Amino acid sequence: MDKGMNEGMSDFHQFLCSPAESTRRHGPHDRIVMSSRVRLARNLRDAAFPTWAKKVERVKVLEIIQPAVSSLPEMKDSIYGSMDGISTLDKQILVERHLISREHAAKNVGSGLVVNRAETFSVMINEEDHLRMQALRPGLQLKQAWMAIDAFDSDLEKKLNYAFDNELGYLTACPTNLGTGIRVSAMLHLPGLVLGEQINPIIQSVNKLGHAVRGLYGEGTEALGNVFQVSNQMTLGETEDHIVERLEKVLSQIIEHEENARQVLLEKKPKVVFNHIGRAYGILANAHSISSKETMNLLSLMRLGVDMGLFPGTERSLMDELFLITQPAHLQKQLSDKLTAEERDLLRADMVRDRLRNVSRPIVPAKPPSASAEEAK
Amino acid sequence: MICSLCKEKPASVHLTQIVGDKMQRLDLCEDCAKVKGVNDPTGFAMADIMLGLGAAQELEQSAGGVEIKCARCGFTQVDFKKSGRLGCPECYRTFSEGLSGLLKSMHKGTRHVGKTPESLRVSREHSDRLRSLQKKLSKAIETEDFELAARLRDEIKQLPERPAAAKGQGKS
Repeated sequence: MDKGMNEGMSDFHQFLCSPAESTRRHGPHDRIVMSSRVRLARNLRDAAFPTWAKKVERVKVLEIIQPAVSSLPEMKDSIYGSMDGISTLDKQILVERHLISREHAAKNVGSGLVVNRAETFSVMINEEDHLRMQALRPGLQLKQAWMAIDAFDSDLEKKLNYAFDNELGYLTACPTNLGTGIRVSAMLHLPGLVLGEQINPIIQSVNKLGHAVRGLYGEGTEALGNVFQVSNQMTLGETEDHIVERLEKVLSQIIEHEENARQVLLEKKPKVVFNHIGRAYGILANAHSISSKETMNLLSLMRLGVDMGLFPGTERSLMDELFLITQPAHLQKQLSDKLTAEERDLLRADMVRDRLRNVSRPIVPAKPPSASAEEAK
Repeated sequence: MICSLCKEKPASVHLTQIVGDKMQRLDLCEDCAKVKGVNDPTGFAMADIMLGLGAAQELEQSAGGVEIKCARCGFTQVDFKKSGRLGCPECYRTFSEGLSGLLKSMHKGTRHVGKTPESLRVSREHSDRLRSLQKKLSKAIETEDFELAARLRDEIKQLPERPAAAKGQGKS
């Protein structure tokens, strides 16, 4: 066991040095839907839930689950780490890549993580439930993500005894996940709705339909980088297919509203939009010190500029990559010395300037372009 | 306004959630908000806090002031109040009375209709069949259709006794 733990530690340490490939993949509607995710919560029948279980029990559960997960065909090329063997910095990077929750990052002995190298499957062992497994796909691919994790789960159930009740379905530590144990979510980039000041009514109506919306970055009500996450809230009394379809419907409406908002901005307030995007480019391409917060908000505007065709030849994925690698832990990982926040700001600015050196300043059309200029090419 | 959790300190964090037509409000002091993770939007689901509050009340009321302890893991309703989480799978049976109202308010339905593990599928079909027959039987008795009732009773008797439940248990 000790050997396995050490191997896991070095594996994650190495693996996380290379940049995340996930930002370079394309998927349907990825102008607006950055990624789709489906996670399932499962528990073993004969063990206490992780938060109530004693350390010895948690370790035992981990030893049962980990080999079962690692032996699945989907995990043929995967990395395993016990949470006490992964450094604090690497845990933070895993959070920034959405491979683990913040809650899981705080875990130590008796909790573990298995991730495949493509980062399309990740399994947290002994987070709040014994098993939290997720499939991640670029763009709007909720159905595909659900089918992938469904097959994964069906393979796993042959090796483990799940806690399942005919009446209540899959039994979970928290009653909010009971039944299907499914959480379907999408990460959305909604600068049009934010600039057009339509985001609040949209959030309210999505809430009314029983879905949760929250800013993915930032504290309280702020949504840094205009990135939002929409997910289902109810898990019992509906089939998984139905839950996926309902969220898909909501998403297609949000996409439509975002497209409309961008179009309206270009028609009614082109100067305001071009001013925002031009300033964003100006600062990012020339700053020598910049905070993570400012970087996210400005990259969001440049991403909008790419979508509107103001940066011909520039890929949207460059913005997504910068978005990720300028996060604090990713930045720290570049250097061996521990940086202060001020030093990180300098390094971040250097990195952004360097990556943007081949991006020319935005070309503002004489006539307002269509909001979907990118799609037309 | 005082904190709705500790009922001691003044509330400075105010949360509002709309689910369906219902609006729920929660006022927390800074300390309780921190404990509940309200200042961490990625790891925070409002329903959890709501669950902790309403749930604790429901569980306590259904117990009628007596401490109920899960025979399997020793978890009590006081522990539930603290964490909003249950102790083990068996807790769902131990606290079923208090949980049922909660589940109703939280979810679309109270009966699972989604995926079922392959090894338990037969047992689930069996219980579905039994349930439907029992429903018909009580209706037949109600309408005094004793001929039908007798037939249904025979049919229920002839159902094999929980066939796959044993199969599911045997795997390890």
